[in-house]
Amino acid sequence: MTPPLRVAVPRGALFGETLDVFDSAGVDTAELRGGSRSLIFETSGMTLVTVRPSDVPTYVEAGAADVGITGKDVLLEQSDRPVYELLDLGYGRCRMVLAGRVGSDRLGESERELGMMRIATKYPRIAERYFESTGRQIELVEVKGSVELAPLVGLSDGIVDLVATGRTMEENELEVREEIVECTARFVANRVAHKLRAAEIDDLTARLREASQK
Amino acid sequence: MIHPIPPGTRDVLPEEMRELRRLQNALLEVFEGRGYGEVATPALEYDEVLARGGGRGDHAAYRFFDESGELLALRSEMTVPIARLVATRYGQAEPPHRFCYLAGAYRAVNPQRGEMREFIQAGVELIGAPAAEGTVEVIEVLEAALDAAGLGSSVIGLGDADLYRELLEELGLGAEALDAALSRLAAHDLVGLEQELESAGVAAEQVAACLALSQLRGGPEVLEQARAQGSAAAERAADRLSALADALGSRTGGGRVQFDFGLMRDLSYYNGPILEVYDPALGRVLGGGGRYDGLMRRFGVDRSAAGFALNLERVHVAQIEERRRGEGDR
Repeated sequence: MTPPLRVAVPRGALFGETLDVFDSAGVDTAELRGGSRSLIFETSGMTLVTVRPSDVPTYVEAGAADVGITGKDVLLEQSDRPVYELLDLGYGRCRMVLAGRVGSDRLGESERELGMMRIATKYPRIAERYFESTGRQIELVEVKGSVELAPLVGLSDGIVDLVATGRTMEENELEVREEIVECTARFVANRVAHKLRAAEIDDLTARLREASQK
Repeated sequence: MIHPIPPGTRDVLPEEMRELRRLQNALLEVFEGRGYGEVATPALEYDEVLARGGGRGDHAAYRFFDESGELLALRSEMTVPIARLVATRYGQAEPPHRFCYLAGAYRAVNPQRGEMREFIQAGVELIGAPAAEGTVEVIEVLEAALDAAGLGSSVIGLGDADLYRELLEELGLGAEALDAALSRLAAHDLVGLEQELESAGVAAEQVAACLALSQLRGGPEVLEQARAQGSAAAERAADRLSALADALGSRTGGGRVQFDFGLMRDLSYYNGPILEVYDPALGRVLGGGGRYDGLMRRFGVDRSAAGFALNLERVHVAQIEERRRGEGDR
């Protein structure tokens, strides 16, 4: 007997809108909204598992989840994980940017005087690829959280980070200098599941496409 | 006292070794029973020889200099070494040649993802048989091997390596845009593919048709759906696949075969039919193969060739999982 389709749902910033889209696609999410500590939910003939957005590719690549939703930023940062990217869901829109301190030319000075900039980020691979592709050299500092702090205390000259509203940057007196890429939520699938559960995945893809365009 | 081994490598202890050996013997019996003689080649080759395989994913990752300064590499798969062997040792001999192997291969993977740097491949190569019959024979051997391994639920996805190059040329893409679109297809990044095609100036209708084509997978009905996309390249690919399926059907019934217009292999040397093996018990691909006439030409042998390789350890895991599921345990 075939078990229900297993779907990795991102907790965190994408959680609310993901549930809204599922609701419009005819997947009942009432239980997930209930503030339950549970991580696994059986609903509408599917198994929804809630994970960190950055873990979605891990679960989907291994087939522990057949399909999932996560941000393009996560997919770009983990581009070595072979998951199928089926759909741009359009929500969770934000920009990956290079930012520096307001009114300071530390980025430019470092580049001129030292030949390279020091960049703090939670997205080392995206940052490396971006500067490489634009022919500039950087010294990368990987941090796990509150990257805005790094240029304020001299850990770095600038940061590469995601911006949604720009409020956090503003409050920390940082400003966008360059836009790297725009990111939205994506629907991804496991390679094997995409082949062997084609009908179910195509059906869910079609429903999500319609729901995300509402 | 603990003495570590590199991540992505492992020891095999007697209990597992017994099972692996049983599986190897079962596969070998299938291969030898169909006239595929087992060969062994060195794990170390000249880097220059392996590099003839070309492409992105298949080039050896572990290289070093020997005592006389020659650049050596650990093989990343067995097809290139066997192409080398056939060109060197069987250049003048009357084809066809049938070889099988059970051999270690080495790839630079990220071991933290549950992949191994060293793994065992079990496979066959058929060189110098007429193209269509050769492909059918190889798929037949693969079906028998999956039966022998007890993978009753496994599926063979059958695609066409030439489809998208032809299709994108038909859509008028230049060399650079074509490569960009192909690499999106290989990664199965549909969002990126759509963007590439749009920025290359392809009409919206044809973009949609190309995306829809890449999602066609399943039984014989998808052949008709592919023809309905209105592209000559898709039509030709559907014809090639349906001819193959007919030939296969008259031999084995082809019950495991699923057509797949989205199939792309990482290795660049394939042309014509390509295949991948899946099992519902495992989220990773068990193996793959296809036709690779072009690779033989790179070794100076103008012969058609086809083959497949299975990842032995993954087949073993799928075997265990299928057995568990059979016992009603999920």
